[in-house]
Amino acid sequence: MSDTADRVSKIVVEHLGVEADKVNQEASFIDDLGADSLDIVELVMAFEEEFGVEIPDDAAEKITTVGDATKFIEEHNKG
Amino acid sequence: MRRVVVTGLGLVTPLGGDVETSWANILASKNGAGPITHFDASDQKCTIACEVKPKDHEYGFDADKRVDHKVQRQVDPFIVYGIDAAGQALEDAGLEDMSDDLKIRTGCSIGAGIGGLPGIERESIVLKERGPGRVSPHFVHGRLINLISGQVSIKYGLMGPNHAVVTACSTGAHSIGDAARMIRDDDADIMLAGGAESTINPLGVAGFAQARALNMSMNDRPTEASRPYDKDRDGFVMGEGAGVVVLEEYEHARARGAKIYAEVVGYGLSGDAYHVTAPHPEGKGAELAMNMALRKAGMAAGDIDYVNAHGTSTMADTIELSAVKRVLGDDLSGASMSSTKSAIGHLLGGAGAVEAIFCILAIRDQIVPPTLNLQNPDEGTDNVDLVPLVAKKRTVNAVLNNSFGFGGTNASLVMKKVD
Repeated sequence: MSDTADRVSKIVVEHLGVEADKVNQEASFIDDLGADSLDIVELVMAFEEEFGVEIPDDAAEKITTVGDATKFIEEHNKG
Repeated sequence: MRRVVVTGLGLVTPLGGDVETSWANILASKNGAGPITHFDASDQKCTIACEVKPKDHEYGFDADKRVDHKVQRQVDPFIVYGIDAAGQALEDAGLEDMSDDLKIRTGCSIGAGIGGLPGIERESIVLKERGPGRVSPHFVHGRLINLISGQVSIKYGLMGPNHAVVTACSTGAHSIGDAARMIRDDDADIMLAGGAESTINPLGVAGFAQARALNMSMNDRPTEASRPYDKDRDGFVMGEGAGVVVLEEYEHARARGAKIYAEVVGYGLSGDAYHVTAPHPEGKGAELAMNMALRKAGMAAGDIDYVNAHGTSTMADTIELSAVKRVLGDDLSGASMSSTKSAIGHLLGGAGAVEAIFCILAIRDQIVPPTLNLQNPDEGTDNVDLVPLVAKKRTVNAVLNNSFGFGGTNASLVMKKVD
C-alpha cells in the first residue's frame, strides 16, 4: 500500500469508527463503510487537512470509494 | 385514569458510570468534586467541578459500552451521557428487544438545560481562525438539545413522541413530568424520560462564574465547596452527567411482569414571575409547584417521607427551605430532606432526573442519601432533618423532588412506592 493510501485508510478508520481490515481501496464509503453524505463532507475536510490539498465540491461528489480519494490526492498533492 | 410507573433507571454521574455505582458512592458519602481536568482552568475564577470520571477511574464512565465511536466523535458529551443513560434504563427495564408495535408506542423526552456549549465554543474558534469552510458538517445536530431524544430513537427504533424539554435546571424534572402526562394521555405506553448536561468547558465555567452562581472561594478545597444549607455555602459546584428513567403505563408493566420501582403520582409546575436568576424572595413559585404536585397526588403534607431538595449550595437554599416548611410544616411533618448536589454538584439540566432516580432508589432501599459538608447548619434549620453527612435508614414510601431553574421555572414531582 502506498503511503497516501495508508494515511487515507487511517483517516477513514478514525472518522467512521470501522475496523481497519474493512477499509480497502475498493470499499465504498456509503455502501461498505456505513457513511452518510455528511460523513463524506467531514472526511473530505480531513483529507484536505492531512494532505494540504483542496478538494472542490464537484470533485468531492465523485469520490465514493477509498481508492477514489487516494487517487485524487496522489494526483493533486504536490507536497 | 392511566397510571404511570417507573420500570427502568440509567445514570451517568460524577460518582459512577451506572446506577448502582453512583448510588453506592452517594450512600457512602463520597464526593465527586475535584480540580477541573477537562481543560486548563488556571485563568478561571472557579477551578473546580464535579466531572464525570474517565473509564480507567475506580468509578469512571465508559462511553464505548453503548455509544458508537462515530457518534461520540460527532456530538457533544451531554448527548453521549444521555444515550448511555437511556440504554441503561432500557436494559434495566428488560426492553432492549421490542416488537415493532411496541416501538410505535414508545417515545423519548430527554432534555438539557444548555446543550452543546463545548462544541459551540470550539467551532466558533474554528470559524474565527480558519473560516466557515472548516466548520464541522456535524456542528448543528451534534449540539442541539433534542438530539439525545433523536439519537436514542434512531438507535432503538422508537417511533413514539419525540420531545425535549429546555427549562434550565428544572429540565430533568419537567421531562419526567411531561412524559408521564404523555402516557396518561395515551400518546404512548412507554417513555424514556430525563435530562443531561455537560458544560464544564471554558465558556460554561466563565459564564456561571460571571453570573456569581459558582463557588469561587474554595478552589483549594473542592470536596468542601458544595455545602447546601451550611452557613459557609458560597455558590454551587458544576456537575455533569445524565439521568434517564423508563416510564410505563401501569397495566402494561404489570402484564409483562416488569420490575416496578415506583409510581409517578404528582407533578406540579409554576413560574416565579420575578427575576432571571434569583428566586422569588418568599419562594412563592416553589410553593405553588409543590402544592400542585401534592394536590395531583391526592396527598397531604404528612404523607411525604423524603424531599430531595433543589438545594444548590447558594443563598437560595434558605428560600427553598422556607417554602418547603410552608407546604409540609415547620418540622417537615416527619419527612427527611437532603441535597445530593453536595456529593455530585449541580447537573443543571440533568439534575432533576438524576435526583428523581435517587428518590426512587431511596424508596427501593428504604434509606435516604446525605447532605455532605453540613457542619454548621444555617439558621432556620432547627427541627428539620437535613440528613447531615451520612445516609440514614428510614421508612420511605413517598418522595417529593424539587427542581428550580433560571428564568424562574419550577417543577416538583411526587412519587410513591407501589404495593
